Amino acid sequence: MSDKVKVTIDGITVEVAPGTTILNAARQIGGDIVPPAMCYYSKLEGSGGKCRTCIVKVSKGSEKDPRPMPKLVASCRTTVMDGMEVMNITSPEVIEARSGVVEMLLINHPLDCPVCDQAGECDLQNLGYEHGLQKTRYEFERRTFERIDIGDKIQLHMNRCILCYRCVFTADQITNKRVHGILNRGDHSEISTYIQTAVDNDFSGNVIDVCPVGALTDKTFRFKNRVWFTKPIDAHRDCPTCSGKVTLWYKGEDVLRVTARKDVYGEVEEFICNTCRFDKKKTADWVIEHPTHISDTSVIASNHYETLKPLPVIQNNEKLKEANRIELEKTAKF
Amino acid sequence: MARKLLLEHINVPGINTLDVYRQKGGYRAVEKALKTLTPDEVVEEVKKSGLRGRGGAGFPTGMKWSFLAKPEGVPRYLVCNADESEPGTFKDRYLMTHIPHALIEGMIVSSFALGANTSYIYVRGEMMPQIRILERAIAEAKQAGFLGKNILGTGYDLELYVQPGGGAYICGEETALLESLEGKRGNPRIKPPFPAIAGLYGCPTVVNNVESIAATVPIINDGGEEYAKIGIGRSTGTKLISASGNLVRPGVYEIELGLPVEEFIYSDEYCGGIANGKRLKATVAGGSSVPVLPANLTLKLANGDPRLMSYESLSEGGFATGTMMGSGGFIAFDEDQCIVRNTWNFARFYHHESCGQCSPCREGTGWMEKVLHRIEYGHGKMSDIDLLVDVSKNIEGNTICPLGDAAAWPVASAIRHFRDEFEWHVKEPVKSLDTNYGLANYAEPIAKAAITE
Repeated sequence: MSDKVKVTIDGITVEVAPGTTILNAARQIGGDIVPPAMCYYSKLEGSGGKCRTCIVKVSKGSEKDPRPMPKLVASCRTTVMDGMEVMNITSPEVIEARSGVVEMLLINHPLDCPVCDQAGECDLQNLGYEHGLQKTRYEFERRTFERIDIGDKIQLHMNRCILCYRCVFTADQITNKRVHGILNRGDHSEISTYIQTAVDNDFSGNVIDVCPVGALTDKTFRFKNRVWFTKPIDAHRDCPTCSGKVTLWYKGEDVLRVTARKDVYGEVEEFICNTCRFDKKKTADWVIEHPTHISDTSVIASNHYETLKPLPVIQNNEKLKEANRIELEKTAKF
Repeated sequence: MARKLLLEHINVPGINTLDVYRQKGGYRAVEKALKTLTPDEVVEEVKKSGLRGRGGAGFPTGMKWSFLAKPEGVPRYLVCNADESEPGTFKDRYLMTHIPHALIEGMIVSSFALGANTSYIYVRGEMMPQIRILERAIAEAKQAGFLGKNILGTGYDLELYVQPGGGAYICGEETALLESLEGKRGNPRIKPPFPAIAGLYGCPTVVNNVESIAATVPIINDGGEEYAKIGIGRSTGTKLISASGNLVRPGVYEIELGLPVEEFIYSDEYCGGIANGKRLKATVAGGSSVPVLPANLTLKLANGDPRLMSYESLSEGGFATGTMMGSGGFIAFDEDQCIVRNTWNFARFYHHESCGQCSPCREGTGWMEKVLHRIEYGHGKMSDIDLLVDVSKNIEGNTICPLGDAAAWPVASAIRHFRDEFEWHVKEPVKSLDTNYGLANYAEPIAKAAITE
């Protein structure tokens, strides 16, 4: 017997290592059949299972026990069995339940996308477009909280939070103490740090990147610009604390924001330190690599920046020209 | 007079002390189990007895015990779930207050069966008197050599601890209880792994209700087969029922499973009928989280047979015409009670008690409560009723723990059976504020109700 297990998701069969979750098996296939995940984050231990957007139907449990699972399961926390058959977008039941979950996530969300810094790269926004209703059925006042500063660089806007717990897991992972967690219970629970103090850690800024919505925002970028007007450029620097691999978000010649590099599922590749994120905002601090590849479906890609003329900084600098040779050649073809 | 196993000596003065409890045959089960039986034989007896979990889900206790993983060198734990907080259920509190040694004795026997050397009783924070009673009882038992090192010279060690909770309903869910016991926020864990594999501190753990643990005492005393003779079908033994609502004599009753519901409500041995000469309108048979039933379906099955107090008979007919045994919190409503208001009250409870971990329950319970509040106070719309059904459907089955289901079922069932009362609230917003819809046809013979689905 091989040490791989076979799993079929929406009719596509893939072989994965035992112990893989359905979600990760689907990500190995890729494409539309990957369930959306708002709370699961592969880099964060223990995350997942909470938002319920990734629910799928297991129509056949395994080769040994072909019974279907009685309820829809959270694909991010359910491991595959040999011969398992999973239905995601081919099951109307899943689609219906998922839009039910999306509706629940949205009823208390302020829908202040026009003034939210996350708009354009917000997982909830994408999910809302895909599954949400045109009009809300919720006719009550939405819950509100005061904005809270977590240190001088991060702002918590609890109204937008969907309580995915990602930032809690991040804080648990970077510190030894429980300094960042949830207060209260039910729909009035809120993210909080111990008596509103900052999470005292070089990597605390990563809570901004892991936040799927605009609840945790970078105060050095707040209201500076819409993300789709900025141009993401991969860059690196020799950083003593982290890998130094980041994405710079340019407007004209200014670096407005620095984030970690994110993959196609919006997860960071490597966590970056606060110095890289908040303090190094000059082109001179960085070695520019190339424009970040953004999915065509993203609103950020509507800028067509990859086919535009290379940025002025690149055109004027011999070293950068060399680093971006491939991109420049591509541009020359157009 | 029906047989009583747990509450047989409840009226003996001083039964809460060790001396009187022993005079009445207490701690026989400990001596029998520890001195003459092996742990596996105790598990076998419990399996034979057919005892089913008394906390709500009705999972066979013996089977749960046999699932416990037994890796070498890893401690195992038994945790007693005394976080009783379901509206309508108060049997565990009664048992712990009046006959605490029954629980302690059951804990010793069960811990021995599972090979646990440390066991916990997780008591709801509001039950401060019961916590003191249990601690006093534990001290007495320890004095008498039933707890501690080398119990009765058999070489078996057991330490028993009482842990007060913070008073959250969600901590009655077994994995949330374990989180809380570990000192963390009481959020239910995502299963698998189940506690039998990785529970308290990552070790194999069994979590049982107070009544299930106490029931092991008569099982060991009389033997599992003897216990299985009581009851009906797969519902064996006796069950404590907390009867409340508009009854002549509300209180905690020990019944033999299989007792007709009609006899339970109307006979003088039990509740003695509906108070003030009124008529029965509806019941919640097993605590607030089970579906509510109108009077006709409470007393009779959809096919006209009498409904019995047993796991199977109460759930006969599924959600269309049945309900559940639950934790035995039997609430009766007379003709002057308002189902809409009651449903709102339950929804308010679940809204308050949702842990907020997973989205459908966190958001949905609050939404249902607000809509129900609106209907109850005369601002409802006809579309709200369908909206409620839709929201409850979106919560049910999509959550981490059963609290979501428990919040959805009472709302869904109330609308299923009492839709005309909801509609009346919408149509008569002013009148419904100070009068009630009344009994309507909810007590009429079954043929009509059978078509309601």
